[in-house]
Amino acid sequence: MSPVLPAPANPRELFWACNALALQGFGGVLAVAQRELVERKGWLSREQFLELISISQILPGPNIVNLGLILGDRYFGVRGAIAALAGLLGAPLLIVLALAVLYAEFAHLPMVAGALRGMGAVAAGLVMATAFKLSSALRANPLGLPGCAAVAGMAFVAIGLLRWPLVAVLLLLGAGAVGAAWKNLPR
Amino acid sequence: MALLHPALGLPELLGLMLHFMVLSLLAVGGAITTAPDMQRYVVMQNHWITDAQFSASIAIAQAAPGPNVLFVAVIGWNIAGPWGALATLVGSLLPSSLLTLWVMRWSEARTQTRAMRAFKDGMAPLTLGLLAATGWVLIEPLVREPAQRAGALVLLGITLLLMTRSKISPIWLVALGAVLGAFGVV
Repeated sequence: MSPVLPAPANPRELFWACNALALQGFGGVLAVAQRELVERKGWLSREQFLELISISQILPGPNIVNLGLILGDRYFGVRGAIAALAGLLGAPLLIVLALAVLYAEFAHLPMVAGALRGMGAVAAGLVMATAFKLSSALRANPLGLPGCAAVAGMAFVAIGLLRWPLVAVLLLLGAGAVGAAWKNLPR
Repeated sequence: MALLHPALGLPELLGLMLHFMVLSLLAVGGAITTAPDMQRYVVMQNHWITDAQFSASIAIAQAAPGPNVLFVAVIGWNIAGPWGALATLVGSLLPSSLLTLWVMRWSEARTQTRAMRAFKDGMAPLTLGLLAATGWVLIEPLVREPAQRAGALVLLGITLLLMTRSKISPIWLVALGAVLGAFGVV
């Protein structure tokens, strides 16, 4: 282990830290989490943060939620995991539901419906841009760039265009891709 | 208002939660990668909400602070009020959270094994394909409408360009989309 890093004193401190970073995260919390946990609190080294992100990405579920769970569990066991989860989701949940109620109230106004359509188009762009940005992580992938492009393309067509159920696509295509990666990896 | 939405009976609520629980375990890369299947289930199969409501739910959650996974709570709220939100949120988080805690306690030392690396490397391009498909599912209803097509594609293009070429915070793009949309561009 690297030098001893500061740690939250109790689950309550962890809760407030998670609450603060969640409330700053518009359109994604990971960037804010890096600044708060690594740079401001110093609870994690940059390397530890990266490692936690990779693990969170392998596991199903929202990355930031998984990261909070892992961190909380490490410090304080299940109590810590629950504190992190509550901090990440509690206040933002109330805000987002309040927005949803307001929206339902005013949805008949053309300006509100238009604003939401515009935000929807931007939301689509944000998700696609994330895919673009993450694609640089495929450079060292054992499937090679053509293999990766083929898997990504098939996933896009099956889910986006053909609207096949996700379960089937993940099981069939996922098994093929993981099997190919296994074959290409050095023993 | 939530009260105006068709209230779901207990069997439908449990079915909704169960469906989101299955998706929770498949949500490698985040809950958003399972959005196309959520849309298939709640819009196309059960007709609980419309396509527009589904896309608006995601847009509202993107516009609000906090983890993007909260869009599932908005979808649940639009289907059946507080109980719907509870069903979709608990469904989306409980299985993946339990799995995460269990796997972490079991595998702290195994991240470099061949099986784990093969899983991670094989799933990575698939996850990217799913993200791209999610973007397509969000933009498709707008592209289908001739009146909205041009504006939607322009906004999409601006967003892609600024997100990949600059460090601008997404909230400004969301705000831009809201303003342009409100004045009838989209």
